[in-house]
Amino acid sequence: MGLTLSEKILTKKNKGARAGEIVIVEVDVAAAQDGTGPLSIEQIEELGGKVANPAKTIFFIDHAAPSPRSELSNAHQTIRAFAAASGAQLSDINEGIIHQRLVESFVSPGDVVVGADSHTCMSGGLGAFATGMGSTDIAIAMVSGKTWMKIPETFRIVVGGEFQQGVGAKDLILYLIGKIGADGATYKALEFGGEAVLNMDLPDRLTIANMTVEAGAKAGLFPSDEKTRRFLASLGREADWQELRADPDAEYERVYEIDLSALEPMVAAPPTVDNTKTAAEAAGVELDQVFIGSCTNGRIEELRVAAKILRGREKHAGVRLIVTPASRQVYIQAAKEGLLEDLVEAGAIITGPGCGVCVGVHGGILGDGEVCLGTSNRNFQGRMGNPKAEVYLGSPATAAASALAGKIVDPREI
Amino acid sequence: MSAMEKLNGKVWKFGDDISTDHIAPGRLFHLRTNLPEMAKHVLEDADPEFASKMSVGDFVVGARNFGLGSSREHAPRIIKLAGVSAVLAKSFARIFFRNAINVGLPVLECDTDQIDQGDELEVDLGAGVVKDVTKGIELTFTPLPPAMVKILTDGGLVDHYKKHGRIAVDDV
Ligand code: SF4
Repeated sequence: MGLTLSEKILTKKNKGARAGEIVIVEVDVAAAQDGTGPLSIEQIEELGGKVANPAKTIFFIDHAAPSPRSELSNAHQTIRAFAAASGAQLSDINEGIIHQRLVESFVSPGDVVVGADSHTCMSGGLGAFATGMGSTDIAIAMVSGKTWMKIPETFRIVVGGEFQQGVGAKDLILYLIGKIGADGATYKALEFGGEAVLNMDLPDRLTIANMTVEAGAKAGLFPSDEKTRRFLASLGREADWQELRADPDAEYERVYEIDLSALEPMVAAPPTVDNTKTAAEAAGVELDQVFIGSCTNGRIEELRVAAKILRGREKHAGVRLIVTPASRQVYIQAAKEGLLEDLVEAGAIITGPGCGVCVGVHGGILGDGEVCLGTSNRNFQGRMGNPKAEVYLGSPATAAASALAGKIVDPREI
Repeated sequence: MSAMEKLNGKVWKFGDDISTDHIAPGRLFHLRTNLPEMAKHVLEDADPEFASKMSVGDFVVGARNFGLGSSREHAPRIIKLAGVSAVLAKSFARIFFRNAINVGLPVLECDTDQIDQGDELEVDLGAGVVKDVTKGIELTFTPLPPAMVKILTDGGLVDHYKKHGRIAVDDV
């Protein structure tokens, strides 16, 4: 029998192991952020304060960046001091969101990546096995260079057809989560394939891989192919590329088939990500805030989509429009292309690259009874800082179009 | 904790999809380095009165997909710190489950439909039995995988690592 992508990556040093077996694997990249890192550091200190692989141990200061409170500033000090003492890498407040930074600078196809952040699965878009864990697991991974895991069974998602105008990767993953359910893929890996996936550029793959955890999955994986090579080359990292795909006779627990030509713009209504509807069904929900950003949808390609819709127009007077580039690189590129100007002229406020708005730590916290449509990945009660507010999720196109309308609209209507 | 421990307490019942945002909300992010303070708010967004009304030893009983969402380990830590003796649910989200074991919080998968708010429970971890004393019924819970039993009985992942000098779950 052939191997799935997860089996290939997790058995590099455990030849012969298969889905369902527990393996101890060598970790290529271990990461934490400012919310989870201090707790990891506390435990690493308890174990002697050394990390096994400083060049691939990375701390990201992104969740509260720049710090809105002294307690968090102190946590940042802890991280900076530990990075300096241990030789671990530091991605400070100006650099951007953990997962975007990981794919830009640290992760290569075939890597085993563990991060103290649930959306670590995004790096699976590059053909890595990447999964989120808690601070303690990450502490042990950083100290020992290893972690344990059960090799997951895999659901294969075969995607065919072409996206229709106004429909994109975010709509696809929302649709899939609605279909599988928020716990439908618990402990499983989702592996994407099919003709539409081979044609899909990296940003779209990353958006999809990012949200696989919202179906409960342990990892979401894409093949590493020519598109991956070109993406890495565009970052000056072509040397990190290797081809990687599942064997044609790999064994899958389940197969889902999706035809893009029938896919419509989707939203996830509160309070769970699997509570999906078409944007047309949700149309008319009045909005107080629209957020375009996060590790899911804060890349240059996504800002281009939003700017194109907003260019020369003005957001609705009743909504606040907040845009967050996912990283410094994205921010610079958006500035060079004039996108920031387009967005600000349309009434947007641009924040520094980071997580604050998405996770309800600072910036864009909702008031009681308010409703936000975000391009982020979670709509749980309290997610954007207020349990008495509501969050809808949608694509950059749906968000931009809805910001113009002041309510949720199908972006194909604008 | 000892694997043979018996736990007694009252039930605090919650519904499906209790997320780590319900348990340890993002707006309390600044308390992540002050867990005793954060524990005073545990599960606040699912039941604002839970933290003030629960007693040490009580059980948190959820339904489907308990602990979904963020990887924040602060969630199981503050449940434990508040004095909750175990979390029971029909199913758990993956990262929460693993985190709970790593920090020594027992998480038990069983059919919680028959358990109601305020019921008295007796849990025998060694025997794998939950007794609902109020209802006079017994439920069994799914045994933990041996790797996790080893980590839990070693006192959590850090103590496990200290004891064995490595991750030692490959020989169980
Ligand atoms: S942008 Fe949001 S989902 Fe992504 S890492 Fe930051 S807080 Fe998490």
